[in-house]
Amino acid sequence: MLCGKLGVLWRAVRQLSGDDAYERYLKRHAKHHPDQLPSSREEFFKQWQDSKWKGVKRCC
Amino acid sequence: MSQLFKKLGWVGIAVLGAAAIGGIALNRGESINTLWFITAAVCVYAIAYRFYAAWIAASVLTLDETRATPAERFDNGRDFVPTNRWIVFGHHFAAIAGPGPLVGPTLAAQFGYLPGTLWILFGAVLGGCVQDMVTLFFSMRRDGKSLGQMARDELGSIGGAAALTATLAIMVILIAVLGLVVVNAMKHSPWATSTVAATIPIAMIVGLYMRSIRPGRVLEGSAIGVMLLLLAVVGGGWVDHNETLRGLFDHEGLPLAWAIIAYGFMAAILPVWLLLAPRDYLSTFMKLGTITLLALAIVMLRPEVKMPALTQFIDGTGPIFGGALFPFVFITIACGAISGFHALIASGTTPKLLANERDIRMIGYGGMALESFVAVMALIAATVLEPGVYFAINSPAGVVGKEAADAVARISSWGFPVTVEQMQMLARQMGEKSLFARTGGAPSLAVGMASIFGSAFGQGMLALWYHFAIMFEAVFILTTLDAGTRVGRFMLQDMLGNIWPKLGETSWMPSVLLTSGVIVAAWGYFLYIGVIDPNGGVNILWPLFGISNQMLAAIALCVATGIFVKSGKLKQAWITGLPLAWLVTITTTAAYQKIMSADVRVGFFAAANDMATKLAAGVLPPEKAAVAPQLIFNQRLDAWLTLFFVTLLWVIVLDMLRVCARHLAGKPVPPISESPHEPSRLVEDYVRD
Repeated sequence: MLCGKLGVLWRAVRQLSGDDAYERYLKRHAKHHPDQLPSSREEFFKQWQDSKWKGVKRCC
Repeated sequence: MSQLFKKLGWVGIAVLGAAAIGGIALNRGESINTLWFITAAVCVYAIAYRFYAAWIAASVLTLDETRATPAERFDNGRDFVPTNRWIVFGHHFAAIAGPGPLVGPTLAAQFGYLPGTLWILFGAVLGGCVQDMVTLFFSMRRDGKSLGQMARDELGSIGGAAALTATLAIMVILIAVLGLVVVNAMKHSPWATSTVAATIPIAMIVGLYMRSIRPGRVLEGSAIGVMLLLLAVVGGGWVDHNETLRGLFDHEGLPLAWAIIAYGFMAAILPVWLLLAPRDYLSTFMKLGTITLLALAIVMLRPEVKMPALTQFIDGTGPIFGGALFPFVFITIACGAISGFHALIASGTTPKLLANERDIRMIGYGGMALESFVAVMALIAATVLEPGVYFAINSPAGVVGKEAADAVARISSWGFPVTVEQMQMLARQMGEKSLFARTGGAPSLAVGMASIFGSAFGQGMLALWYHFAIMFEAVFILTTLDAGTRVGRFMLQDMLGNIWPKLGETSWMPSVLLTSGVIVAAWGYFLYIGVIDPNGGVNILWPLFGISNQMLAAIALCVATGIFVKSGKLKQAWITGLPLAWLVTITTTAAYQKIMSADVRVGFFAAANDMATKLAAGVLPPEKAAVAPQLIFNQRLDAWLTLFFVTLLWVIVLDMLRVCARHLAGKPVPPISESPHEPSRLVEDYVRD
């Protein structure tokens, strides 16, 4: 019971911080473009980080 | 039966909330327990969320859960992603919660605890939460468009230009005042300075780790970073005790200001992954962790509030900033009650993540309610200090005198007893040389937090807690400074790109250097003046920031009110119309007083003329005479800037009224730009896993 709740919390923390972004990308890639090779973790992370930092992201 | 119990439960919450507010408002005893504040806040948020927000969602916005959101329609796995509402809430809250709600309430505590508390609670549930929720809704219905685009589409090009200008202006003032807060916290404090300096290489180590050593392992990198930050706090203590190292980090305000300016420029041109992104991870973790810790400590400890409900300074003679309760408490506390900046977030990344329209109430309204709660905690941390100590830390030397004996005599004469020994003892406990005239709010918040944490988790480490609190504030203030400079640079490049397309290229180095330099120079100027000002600078910059932030909120509310009227919801338009009318009233009154008041502590022109007369008569002390010409110029500039802000505000208000009047008269207006209805295909459990 407690373990299950901690698991949910851990997954939320991973998703909020973007720790699991590559895994989510792989899942999505397998679903939408099964014929193409996915980017490597390093390459994906570069793109992800650059796109994340456009526009107003933080406030006063 | 269960229906009846539910109703009785809400009646109970209403009675409890009313009793708590009554207790806070009517208490005239020696002290009052903070539990009253927490109870009042939680009850007010709960009732407003359950009834007002639910009514807005159902009857005004008519949220439609069967309608596909932009995240569903444009799902691209990058910016448009249907996301679980708790995750969106986390992203949204982390984005809106900044240093603003910590600083504003601390400064406004000079009026006593009551005005700030009431404005934070009611301003939030009737104004700020509504603004965030409604802006989020309108942006979501327009494919996640920004506030500026919505203003242009719905009101016309004047509205759009005003929104853009306001955003750029507020960014510059905000960064300057936050920079000043950090400088004042580091002034002559080798411990704080070395800790804050250490955060820069730490962020770079984390950045390198995530980029090259273990790509994409965000949590691993952040964990290492947080450990290093805590070590840096301890390490600062060693530096402080080492005679040679101490000298390296013991500085006046001016060199520290230059260091911040140089840092801001570097941060704007360095790649994001090296400095900005890792710093943001660290600051988000520190921020959420520390706020949770503070809430736990306050609930566990329930300290007594020692500040009176109202002080004599409601008449405008306060030492921290000049100006009467009305309108300045509403200007000083912007973030935490209503913050225009949130409209930029609510029309930025958040609307592109919503999986379902009904999540808007929790994320828009609930997110702001939580931010408002942070402001209540900051107010508690300021008011649990002995009032004499609070005024000794926050009053600038220019008001109470440079010598400790003069300052305590002056503050004690106001009826807030404090002694030199008491202040020395406190400074020693906190590991600082002196705590007199440490304006800007950060040191007094840190003392308040340290005393709360110290009592809850061990008294022996007060100095560590104090510098932990300073590091925590500095980390996310510097994040806002980096991110703000970069956003300002992009906006400027975008504008200049219309004149010469080459300048609009975000990767063309000459343009990057030029635009970053312009933005840094703009806020650097205000920071520089703030540092050389013997009155501390915060008393000038913070009201200017408040006016500009409230102006941005008024622009967001104008856009919302205009859309309501155009979509035939004139009768419900008061939900944004009333907060708008209030904001226009306080902003205009405050601006009028800042420009026209004959009181030299309020009016910019009055202060400039007063100083010019004294300078000409040769009665200024030599160190003040040396900077007087710059201060005189700056006061006049600030007056013109205030006039510019308030003109901009009235331009957009009148433009909105013009559009509404034309619509009601049946004349053509810019059409409603809402995207057409598309049914949602998302299965319930797909997003709510």
